[in-house]
Formats: sequence, C-alpha cells, structure tokens
Amino acid sequence: MILRNVAICLALSLAALGLQASEAGYPLDHMEADIHDQPSLQRGMQTYMNYCMGCHSLQYQRFKRTAEDIGIPEALMLEHLVFDPNTKIGDLMTNNMSTENAKTWFGAAPPDLTLHNNLKGGPDWIYTYLRTFYVDSKRPLGVNNLVFENVGMPHALVDLQGTQKYVCKQVPRLASNGGDMRDPLTDEYITEELCGSDLVERGYSPLELVEGSGALSPAEYDQVVYDLANFLYYVAEPSRLERTRIGWYVLLFLAFFYVFAWLLGREYHKAFHK
Amino acid sequence: MAKLEQQFKDIMRWIDDRLPVTETYEKHMSKYYAPKNFNVWYIFGVLAFVVLVNQLLTGIWLTMSYVPTGEGAFKSIEYIMRDVEYGWLLRYMHSTGASAFFVVVYLHMFRGLMYGSYQKPRELIWVFGMFIYLALMAEGFFGYLLPWGNMSYWGAQVIVSLAGAIPVVGESLAVWVRGDFNMSGITLNRFFALHVVAVPIVLLVLVVLHILALHEVGSNNPDGVDIKKHLDEDGKPLDGIPFHPYYTIGHDVPGIVMFLIVFSAVLFFFPDGGGYLIEHPNYEPADPLKTPELIAPVWYYTPYYSMLRAATFPLFGMTAKFWGLVVMAGAIAILFVVPWLDKSPVRSMRYKGLASKLFLAAFVICFFILGYLGTVHPTPMRTIVAQICTAVYFAYFLLMPWYTSVEKTKPVPERVTL
Repeated sequence: MILRNVAICLALSLAALGLQASEAGYPLDHMEADIHDQPSLQRGMQTYMNYCMGCHSLQYQRFKRTAEDIGIPEALMLEHLVFDPNTKIGDLMTNNMSTENAKTWFGAAPPDLTLHNNLKGGPDWIYTYLRTFYVDSKRPLGVNNLVFENVGMPHALVDLQGTQKYVCKQVPRLASNGGDMRDPLTDEYITEELCGSDLVERGYSPLELVEGSGALSPAEYDQVVYDLANFLYYVAEPSRLERTRIGWYVLLFLAFFYVFAWLLGREYHKAFHK
Repeated sequence: MAKLEQQFKDIMRWIDDRLPVTETYEKHMSKYYAPKNFNVWYIFGVLAFVVLVNQLLTGIWLTMSYVPTGEGAFKSIEYIMRDVEYGWLLRYMHSTGASAFFVVVYLHMFRGLMYGSYQKPRELIWVFGMFIYLALMAEGFFGYLLPWGNMSYWGAQVIVSLAGAIPVVGESLAVWVRGDFNMSGITLNRFFALHVVAVPIVLLVLVVLHILALHEVGSNNPDGVDIKKHLDEDGKPLDGIPFHPYYTIGHDVPGIVMFLIVFSAVLFFFPDGGGYLIEHPNYEPADPLKTPELIAPVWYYTPYYSMLRAATFPLFGMTAKFWGLVVMAGAIAILFVVPWLDKSPVRSMRYKGLASKLFLAAFVICFFILGYLGTVHPTPMRTIVAQICTAVYFAYFLLMPWYTSVEKTKPVPERVTL
C-alpha cells in the first residue's frame, strides 16, 4: 500500500517536472522594453484595459499614478479607459471578477498581473506567450500555448491576431557545416519535413497563421503585444522611471565627492611617512 | 573667539566630571593608535558599520509602512514601492544593504584569515565577530520571510523543516519555531519581532563587544607585527598613527565614498541583481500550494545550502538530511575555533609557508563553487563537486594545526613595512 502511494507520488511529481520542462522549453523571443516610449505605454494600457483587465487586475497600481507616469490626462483616462463609473482616479486598478467564478470558468483564478513582468524576470515571457497560442481541439477552450502548455486561458487577442495552427513545415536540411543544405546544381534548398520540437530546435516556429483570420497583420499584431508587454514592464515597477533618473545624479555626485575625499585623504596620508 | 573656546572647555569639563566623554573619545578615536601599514583590506570593518547604520535607519522607516500579517505583508511592500514617498528607495536600500552587508562581512572575514587577525591576543575579537556573523545570518533569514513572497515562504519552509531532521524532538521543534503546523501568519509575526527587535539588539551589543575587544589589544596589520614593541619617548607606537583623523579622513572617507558608488550603482540600476538579490518567485505572494520550480536561498547562504545538500547518504541509522544539517552546522561552528587551530608562529599570510597559501586559496575557490552550486538544481555531477568542495572546506580548518606547524615560514620584520 505504502509502496503504491510512493509510486503514485513519484509518477505525479515526474509528470509535474515534465510540464515545467516543456513550459520552460520553448525559447522566448527577446524584446527591449522602453519605459520612456510613452505612446507605446499608452497603447499598451489601452489594449490592457480593453482585453485583459476584465480578468487580470493590477491591484497594487493606481490609475492616477499610471496616468501621470505614462502621460494620459486624468479626465481622458477616466472617460476612455476606466469602464466602471464609480471608479475614482486615485483607486487601485482592481476588477470585479470573483475568484470562485473564475475557478469554475477557467480551472484557476486568473492571476493579478501587476508584478508579472518581474515574476518572469522580464517582458520576454509575455511577449512570446501572447504570440504563441494555437488551435488545439483537445483543450476545453480549444486553444493551447507553446510557452505555457495546457494553458487555462482563452486566446483573448484572437480577433486581432487570428488563429494559428500547429503544423509541420518543409525546411532546408541541415548541412554538415551547420548551414542550410542546397542542391549544388540548381542552388535550391534541399528540404525536409519537420514537426514540433524538431522545428523549434532548428529555430523555426511550429505555428502557422490562417491567412485573413485576424484583423491585424503579423507585424501590427507584434506591435500590439510589444506595447502590452512594455506597459506591464512599466506597471511592475513604476518607480523605475524615477529610480534610474535619480541614480545618475547620485552617481555623478558621489564621483565628484570622491575626488575631493581622495585629495583630502592624501593630505592626511602625508603624516603616515613622518 | 577665545571666550567661546573657554566656554566650550568649561562645558566639556562639567560633562567629563560626570561622564567620561573626552576620555572615551580619546581612547577609541584620537588616541587609538592603528598600525600605519593598513591596506585596502582594512576598509571592510568600517564599511560593515556603515551598512549596519543603513540597515537600522531604512529598517525603522520601512516598519512605519509595513504590515506584519499574512494578509497584509505582501500588499504593504507594494504599497511602500508605489505609494509611499521614496518608499522604493528605502526598500531597495534595505534589500541591497542586506547583500552588501554579507559582501563586506565575507571580505572582512577573509582579511582576518589572510592576516591571522584571530591569533593571540585577538581570539575574542574573532569569536565576537563570528557571533556577529551568526546573528547576521539569523537576521537575514528572519528578514527574508517578511515580504511574504513565494520564495520567502518556501525558503523559510525548507530551512525550518530542517529542524525536523533532528531525532526525537525534531518535529516538535519545527512546530515550536513556526508556532503552527505549517508556515503561516503566526510565523511571520514572530519572525518580524525577531527581525526588528531581538536580533538587532543582539547585533548591536556584539558590535560593541567586538570593537571594545579590538581597542583593548589594538589592531593587527598586514605584516602581523606587534606595533607596541617599538614606542617613542612618549610611549606612543612608532608604527602607529591616531585612528582619528588620520584613518577616518585619510582612509575611511574615500573608502566609504567608493563603496557608496558601487552600492548606488546596484541600488539604482540593478536592484534585484538579476534575480540574485531579489529572487523572481518573490514577486508573487506566498502560496502554500505552489512550490517554486527551484527553491534556492539568497546567495549569501548558498555555500552552506550546498553543503547541506552534499550529504546524500544515511549513516549510523540517521537520515541523509540529518547529516546535511550536521555538516552545515559544523561548517559554521568550526569558524569559531580558528584561533586555536592555527599553530603558526607567524600571523600574516605574507610570512606563512606555501601550504597555508594553497589551503587558503583552495578554501576560497571552494567557497565560491559551493556558493554557485547552491543556486542551481543539483545533478549527480554537481553533487560530487559539492562533496569534494565540502571536504576541502573542512580540510582547510581540520588540517590547519598540522600544516601551519610543519611548513617553513619566512622571517617576520621587526617593524611594519610601508
């Protein structure tokens, strides 16, 4: 009996390990966040309020602070980005979804995203995640994700991006020198069909967009996700703006001070050799 | 002007008749003679003091806005980070300060090992110093739980449950420490009390004892020679110089400013140190149902954490976990007796033999390797490396009586070398 329990525990923990490995397995696309790019942050917030806020609160951040930092006049923000008329500009950015309902609908309550950027160690995770949803009929909501396997969240931005399919692709064979293999006579690529992780290993996406299924072009959609990730990068640590600005002054002052501290110290050091 | 001076003297005399202010000032500052040959390694004691003051001050201000409850702790940290004026600065000064404290203390301890600062008559200074180090580890451990992030929670959970490896009383001991059957708000409350009241008081008392003991016997120096052997006609050491103002202004102020430059660079531009100073899983609230993928303590504990994990097999009917605990506790305990392990006739590494130098180098390298291994997932290969390094760590101390007594030392100069 004990042995059986141990075996079940082991199997479960191995399964859990397997999930983590595959979740972390997909290489993340890198993006360079820029908190000084106010138009990007403003667009990011707009997308967030329209597509994300219903489920994912930003409960530690206030509307007023956000408005000031990313340059949206308070009145405009209240009019266009805050949908609850009872919300005041000084309020925290919470939503009204109840945890119990959320658990029934999605299996788990959607997490608060104020600190998500820092939790994942940067904006790359969300930037890749929101671009790697694909159709998967085995999942309850009909979608799966490359970065977050067996995700419980629907693809909230599917209208913008369109649907993606998990496919096999014809890609050039790998030559012995590590490059793409070509036919020596015609100079054309010699291809092979690869699927899934084999494609990922070669640096190809295993996903293919269904033409015309989304409102935006891939480039436009990437920009939307970039802005959103940039906004979450800002929200995770709004003091970043002030921190780096003050930091330069502090370092400049200290460097300046060091010169005089050193010169004065040198005078006192003369006594050491008397 | 002369009148003002006279008034000041009168006031000082009045106070001195009742409280030895001038005498104390002279004993510890203006007439405390420090060897003239201090080098850069002698800045870290002062820096440790600077960081201590930083931790105390920022800590007091953080307590003003922090809520020490399971429900409020995580939220109050974000409140400090966003809504409190310069709250982010206070918090980063405190979190960066914690790591800085260990950096300077480790370097300070290394200086002691390198120049034999623990040798007779400075054994008590070393022992008090080791108690400070121990109190500092406790302080850091209790403090790390307070943000109530998920790594706070699981890190403390792992360490407290270690007590469970002690036979018979272990489980009850763990419950007693936690005040609950699991880590909970009750644990958070008591850790808060220990972090902001109990341990700081102990730390301050120990620092006073450390400095009093130092000023009783005088500072060691890179040559390890006794400056009191050569006195001038007034009885002042020829190779000494008053601590204030010559060392304070000539040495410490530029040193402190240089330290502040490095400290500020981290604080303002890399406050989470790429996940090493503030670990990524700590950006979500404590969740007893969600174990972080990799539970690793903050970097300053990782060498000992590696040693804990390096014990992988049961022995004499005791579990591997128990032996891990013994190894870890032993690794810290052995530091206390270093003054009695070193049998060398000379103090400084400058005049010790090759064996001492090689052992110290191997010890430092292994300490770094263990530190790194404590931050990553263990693999069979890594465990073997950790075991070897643990052996080297202990060999450095346990073989010290042997290699310091048989090696050939160099002659020590009579006076300090400048």
